[in-house]
Amino acid sequence: MAKVIMTADDSASVRQMVSFTLKQNGYEVLEAVDGKDALTKLGAQKVDMLITDLNMPNLDGIGLIKGVRAGSLNKFIPIIMLTTESQDSRKQEGKAAGATGWIVKPFKPEQLIAVVKKVLG
Amino acid sequence: MMEQAIATYREEAAELLAELETSLLELEEHPQDDDLINRVFRAMHTIKGSGAMFGFDDIARFTHEVETVFDLVRNGKLFVTRQLLDLTLQARDQISAMLDASAGGPPADQATGQGIIDGLQLLVPHSGGAAPAEKEPARQEQPKGEVCQRTYRIRFRPEPQIMLGGTNPITLLNELRGLGQCEIVTHLDAIPLLTDLTPEHCHFYWDIIITTCHDLNAIQDVFIFVEDDCDLKIDLINDTCDTTSATDANYKNLGEILVERGDLSPVEMQKILSLQKRFGELLVAQGVVSSSKVEAALVEQQQVRQARQQQANQDTALSIRVPAERLDHLVNLVGELVTVQAHLSQIASEKDDGDIVTIAEIVERLISELRDTTLTMRMLPIGSTFSKFKRLVRDLSTELGKEIDLETSGAETELDKTVIEKLNDPLVHLIRNSIDHGIELPEVRQAAGKAAKGTVHLGAEHSGDSVLVTIRDDGAGLNKEAIRAKAIERGLISAAAELSDKEIYNLIFAPGFSTAKTVTSVSGRGVGMDVVKKAIEALRGTIDIASTPGHGSVITLKIPLTLAIIETLLVRIADSYFVLPLAMVEECVELTTSDVAASHGRNLAQVRGAMIPYVSLREQFGMTSNQPEIQQIVIAGVNGMRVGFVVDDVVGEHQTVIKSLGKLYRDLQGISGATILGDGTVALILDPSMLVRGVEQMEQQRSE
Repeated sequence: MAKVIMTADDSASVRQMVSFTLKQNGYEVLEAVDGKDALTKLGAQKVDMLITDLNMPNLDGIGLIKGVRAGSLNKFIPIIMLTTESQDSRKQEGKAAGATGWIVKPFKPEQLIAVVKKVLG
Repeated sequence: MMEQAIATYREEAAELLAELETSLLELEEHPQDDDLINRVFRAMHTIKGSGAMFGFDDIARFTHEVETVFDLVRNGKLFVTRQLLDLTLQARDQISAMLDASAGGPPADQATGQGIIDGLQLLVPHSGGAAPAEKEPARQEQPKGEVCQRTYRIRFRPEPQIMLGGTNPITLLNELRGLGQCEIVTHLDAIPLLTDLTPEHCHFYWDIIITTCHDLNAIQDVFIFVEDDCDLKIDLINDTCDTTSATDANYKNLGEILVERGDLSPVEMQKILSLQKRFGELLVAQGVVSSSKVEAALVEQQQVRQARQQQANQDTALSIRVPAERLDHLVNLVGELVTVQAHLSQIASEKDDGDIVTIAEIVERLISELRDTTLTMRMLPIGSTFSKFKRLVRDLSTELGKEIDLETSGAETELDKTVIEKLNDPLVHLIRNSIDHGIELPEVRQAAGKAAKGTVHLGAEHSGDSVLVTIRDDGAGLNKEAIRAKAIERGLISAAAELSDKEIYNLIFAPGFSTAKTVTSVSGRGVGMDVVKKAIEALRGTIDIASTPGHGSVITLKIPLTLAIIETLLVRIADSYFVLPLAMVEECVELTTSDVAASHGRNLAQVRGAMIPYVSLREQFGMTSNQPEIQQIVIAGVNGMRVGFVVDDVVGEHQTVIKSLGKLYRDLQGISGATILGDGTVALILDPSMLVRGVEQMEQQRSE
């Protein structure tokens, strides 16, 4: 049974790349265009993991992570945030909000898969 | 894929630049609007982040500078001024020019870019240089082929709240297991009383002794995401590379280990030692150290002794680690060599020169030996996958409330590495099926007079140039009536069809077939068995089911030992050559025109009293040349049936080096690859089961 991973990113190209890489490795992918969209979808569907950008309109990544951890359906899923090198403080903020790990942009498909495998076990 | 993503990025960047422009212009009118500042920052941030992902490094670098300035604006350290907006708008144009340049437009003027950056930096109160780029979570493979075995002692004590951050400590332990030989002792003494227990917290902690060829970095990487959320202590306790350390197989005493770990004070150790009994037992009996800690220390002692022992053995029994790609390359070269050798043999027989024939024969013998040796180098015992299934069975049976034992046999049976890898998923599926559909619930089993505990047996054995993998369960067996009813419902067979047991069982391999009454999380989504069958066929293997109602079912997979070189039967139709996997071929018989006439247009041949359906490959491949008076039928076993393939001539056995066909031919039905014959002619490798399926589908369409 394929694991379902949600990718939340306002950049269509990053979403496309993440989604393609995951699908190629046998995962099912659910896309969300921003934090609000992601939180709505996660309220209704159980997923196995969330990969989220930090800077997004409507609701940012930190808000999304807090929202997921405060919810019930997906409370314990691993959450990986996409950060850039200049955002070390944001990384701490994300961890405090309940993120499981992070990937620093830019990353290669193999790095993404390595991290996904790492947290999904 | 990448091109597509890059195209998307270009479009996206163009949109973001447009948005950036409007936001900047609005910002000019409302310089205090935080929302607008955020929008500018976000647009810039996305252009930068995605740009770096898709190789637009120059854009990423340039945008980073502008973003840095706006980060200050966002944090209230810098105010929006006319000058800033001018420069940012120029920067926007510069990014746009850089995008155009990457799409083949005129190159962007670098001096302009530098000018903008310089201008921006003048605005910054006191600009420190760009922050040094931080490394991404290091995921690099181990850099060099180290053969050193190091033993580490790890105490991993996660914060109770660790699981609330989505981390599953078990996956970390499993990741460690992947690095090397690992012994894990779980400490339970921190678990509070039930009344005080928070079920969402983790109350365990672990002592891990790992012997690995990876370095400390690799181990630290495992814990990279949880560094701040746990107590982690990693010590190097043995290093086989470090020749200065004692190489005798004896390792420290239990007491010394505990003292070194800080679990026991030297004074206490001396006190206990003076009692002179089994030290570990005494410690526990005296309540000085908990039994799990003693166990953990014992495990360390054992593993280090073992590692040192192994090191000692290794010096005598030499083995070398070789990267798998190098072996693959070697196999490819041997494949080429086999082809060249066939050519040489052919020329030798044509020239009829005694000397050349002798040499050709020697070369043939050497190459066949070389081939066998090379192929065995890639062989691994299948047992490594078997052990994984123990866990699967345990977890699944608990989940389903069943009691199931997994027995294995033939774990030492060797198979090609790639075959073993590709066998994993089908086996998982088949075992899941056995557990979910095969084995009954304990009450049901007892009512049927069977032991409450079911057994799934996973076995492997050699059989000629194949390996037989069997999955046997002592469950309920397949329900013929249910399968039949379902197949009729799904339109796979007509209600009147007369089917043998075997044919009914084979129906479960039809796409979209599932008889489970309820969809469980384990199986029953109806995507299972046809996928399994396809995966096995991709390995040139076959799958076979036998079942006795009430006593269970046996599924047998017949898998060829290797994928690179196979024994085949070379046949000819007109001037085209084809090969059939020899493992499937049962016999060859003649087919005369009178036989064809006597069967009244049905493709059936009589072979020793039995009717055998055949496929005329000449018709199948639309070959228009005249067929000879006497044709040959090659009879092959396909899906437990005997099916004939009509060809002009059977040439003989042939060692086939499999070459895959190019992308263009990927969807070709009935052909699984190609090979090169001795004289350079290409022969296509036939896929009997696909051919039969194709003919069946055609017949079905015709009858509808």
